[in-house]
Amino acid sequence: MSAVFESLTRFYQSSIGKKTLVALTGAMLVLFVLGHMIGNLLIFVGPHAINEYGHFLQTVGHGMGVWVARIGLLAAVVIHIVATIQLTKANRAAREQRYGCEATQVASRSSRFMIWSGLTLLAFIVYHLLHFTAHAGNNYGSYMTDLDGHQVHDVYKMVIAGFSWAPAAIFYVIAMLMLCSHLSHGVSSLFQTLGLATNKTWPIFKFVGHAYAALILVGNCSIPIAIWVFGYGH
Amino acid sequence: MALLNLHLKVWRQNGSQPGHFQDIEAPEIPDHASFLEMMDIVNERLIANGQDPIAFDHDCREGICGACSMTINGMPHGPERATTTCQLHMRKFRTGDTIWIEPFRARSFPVVKDLMVDRGAFDRIMQAGGFVSIRTGSAPEGNSIPIGKDVADAAMDAAACIGCGACVASCKNASAMLFVSAKVGQLNTLPQGQPERQRRTLGMVRQMDAEGFGNCTNQYECEAACPKEISVRWITKLNRDYAVAAVKDIVGAGRQQAGGEGGD
Ligand code: SF4
Ligand code: FES
Repeated sequence: MSAVFESLTRFYQSSIGKKTLVALTGAMLVLFVLGHMIGNLLIFVGPHAINEYGHFLQTVGHGMGVWVARIGLLAAVVIHIVATIQLTKANRAAREQRYGCEATQVASRSSRFMIWSGLTLLAFIVYHLLHFTAHAGNNYGSYMTDLDGHQVHDVYKMVIAGFSWAPAAIFYVIAMLMLCSHLSHGVSSLFQTLGLATNKTWPIFKFVGHAYAALILVGNCSIPIAIWVFGYGH
Repeated sequence: MALLNLHLKVWRQNGSQPGHFQDIEAPEIPDHASFLEMMDIVNERLIANGQDPIAFDHDCREGICGACSMTINGMPHGPERATTTCQLHMRKFRTGDTIWIEPFRARSFPVVKDLMVDRGAFDRIMQAGGFVSIRTGSAPEGNSIPIGKDVADAAMDAAACIGCGACVASCKNASAMLFVSAKVGQLNTLPQGQPERQRRTLGMVRQMDAEGFGNCTNQYECEAACPKEISVRWITKLNRDYAVAAVKDIVGAGRQQAGGEGGD
């Protein structure tokens, strides 16, 4: 038992071990982001579709499903952030004296910006959860509607109200630009860290990573922009 | 032959004391000189003027030993692709250029003097697993172990690493992953390297971490700087080999085969 624990600790303490965990939790979050976006796009199908989807999420597995997902995601986010902060601190310490003349040959801008795009996303996640999940400072929680004879939470009305306020819409768009930058390095990078890339497949992973980042950006930004700029739902 | 007039900004440092850039004028440098020959000319002039010459490492001067560590205009071994400092020629520069010359910078490569750094960390990583166990005595029959040509070629590509440390110097995180992956990969690819495979992978990565190198963030500056064009696919393989070795270590697979003994 303690021998297994010792090996696990050594794995976490190693540079590649931590990176493997960052890649695995990153993969979970990458998939979550896609599912989350597809669900949210139901707002363009109409109030009934998105309210039914919201009700389904709240009630699946007798209300347990949403908590299983929340705990899983929370664990992934915490591991992802704690490990990357530890890695970044170690990276800074590994070069105490900086170069007088710095040159960058191939590293992409988004790859050099990961910790900052990531920390902005962390701030966004906190705001997003307070905004639409905890309903802090708003009364979205009291919006109810009739769904096939049941009283359910009016997700549609909440989203329209939420994005009609310009600062919120703008912050969401900025956060999605950060997410796009983060994904454009992170998605292909996880295949390298998990040891899955080959010379033949690497260009494909790189393309898929960029396309995925662009898809998430366009899909997610379409909602606040449609509501705030084009008055969708008003 | 053209002559170049250059402005140098050279890092001067004594051991662990704080260093600084010294402006040195280098007029009338022949453009057919190598970079190290330019440094020799500059040093001769410094000595003639009673000044302290610039300390730098060099040995073979033909691109095979990896000694000539210098970061030139922010790039280890200078701007030429797949070229060591000793093989870099002054015709790649223009008269009037300002050239920044710095040591390979990493906490794990402490400066000895000026541009010379102590790369002993690489030797300690090699000692942690960069070897194969062989039977000594009479020379074995050459082709007694059949090795596919693709396998031999791949191992040879990794073996081209000269241990210069440019990968560390160019990495934004001063990570040694390209070096370690080339050394682990070379031996893990060959049949002769299989007996120690797991122990080697874990041991060399642990030593790399213990030496205080940074962590790879998949930016591939190392590959761009490497004078021997070692591919970052070796890092992919090291990541994979390490994950497999770590899982075997966690579940104790290696030990069971040894009847509950062995291991480290
Ligand atoms: S991998 Fe390339 S840059 Fe790094 S030590 Fe080997 S030869 Fe030098
Ligand atoms: S002096 Fe040997 S490689 Fe440059």
